[in-house]
Amino acid sequence: MKLSEIVDRLDLSVRSGKEKLGEDVTGGYASDLLSDVIANSNEGDIWITLQIHQNIVAVASMNKLAGIVLVNGREPEEGTLEAAEQEAMPIMVTDMPTFEVVGKLYELGISGTR
Amino acid sequence: MMREFSADLHLHTCLSPCADPEMIPRMIVRQAKQVGLDIIAICDHNSMDNVDAVTRAGESEGLCVIPGMEITSREEVHILGLFRTEASLREMQRIVYDSLPGENDEEAFGPQTIVDEYDRVIGSNTKLLIGATTLAVEEVVQAVHRLQGLAIASHVDREGFSIIGQLGFIPPALGLDALEVSRPQAAEAWKDYPVITCSDAHFLSDIGRATTTFTLEEATIDEIELALLDKDGRKVTVH
Repeated sequence: MKLSEIVDRLDLSVRSGKEKLGEDVTGGYASDLLSDVIANSNEGDIWITLQIHQNIVAVASMNKLAGIVLVNGREPEEGTLEAAEQEAMPIMVTDMPTFEVVGKLYELGISGTR
Repeated sequence: MMREFSADLHLHTCLSPCADPEMIPRMIVRQAKQVGLDIIAICDHNSMDNVDAVTRAGESEGLCVIPGMEITSREEVHILGLFRTEASLREMQRIVYDSLPGENDEEAFGPQTIVDEYDRVIGSNTKLLIGATTLAVEEVVQAVHRLQGLAIASHVDREGFSIIGQLGFIPPALGLDALEVSRPQAAEAWKDYPVITCSDAHFLSDIGRATTTFTLEEATIDEIELALLDKDGRKVTVH
């Protein structure tokens, strides 16, 4: 499923990386421990987190994730947005908590296992 | 004359809700002396309320006590701040308290006991010391440096509440003065930073379990800073 379709269906607000919304999302991962995301997320995953530190962009780029969804109305830090624009990494925000976002993604057929 | 000083720079007291009630000034000082320490630092979670008491208890026994605090950033990264004076630490505490929401629930997290240098209970801290501040890790390090303190990332070899666990890697521009590891074997993994080992003691029997040997002229934080920079013959040895 294309990232743009997920943005529409979950009514996410896009904060960066608009040019990459046409990319395919092939799975999902939810975690707030970045060391865990480095170890266990897969290329093409959409990542759900409440961390807003700029390291999230580096972690997402390193693992070639499709995009990052920030939950609970959290906004990326300024440095995070700058890094995300540089890396062309889509960051989306929502007022929903992680549980709701993951549930809705699962309903759309996005899975955490391959 | 340069000599070796044995240091354990990360001890909690009974102020930290997760620490043992026996972590009181005279007991801490006695245990520290018994295991051969010359320097300790008191680093309770997000508060300095027992620093003065331990410092005074240490003074009468010839134990150097460095004023410190273990600060929780909003990413839930633990950073040790070691300060030159209690006045600087008090200013750090003001910054931390301004950004530390919540009240402690003793039933859930444990008591936060304030004591005097004779181990007498003189009060209780009501803030949620186990919680996280709203300060980004960069803001914590900057505040410590503005107050001429040393900023050291706590237990980077552990997953919980460490900068590596929470943030995956150390942001290159962060400007940490050193990293703390819990196990000396973990020190070798780090080439770009000075490394110290500390016990992170929550119980009396933990004190001195992991120590750092500093080669210094005297037991002061200025000398420790030189040792971390490997300057003027000052040295750091972990074991």
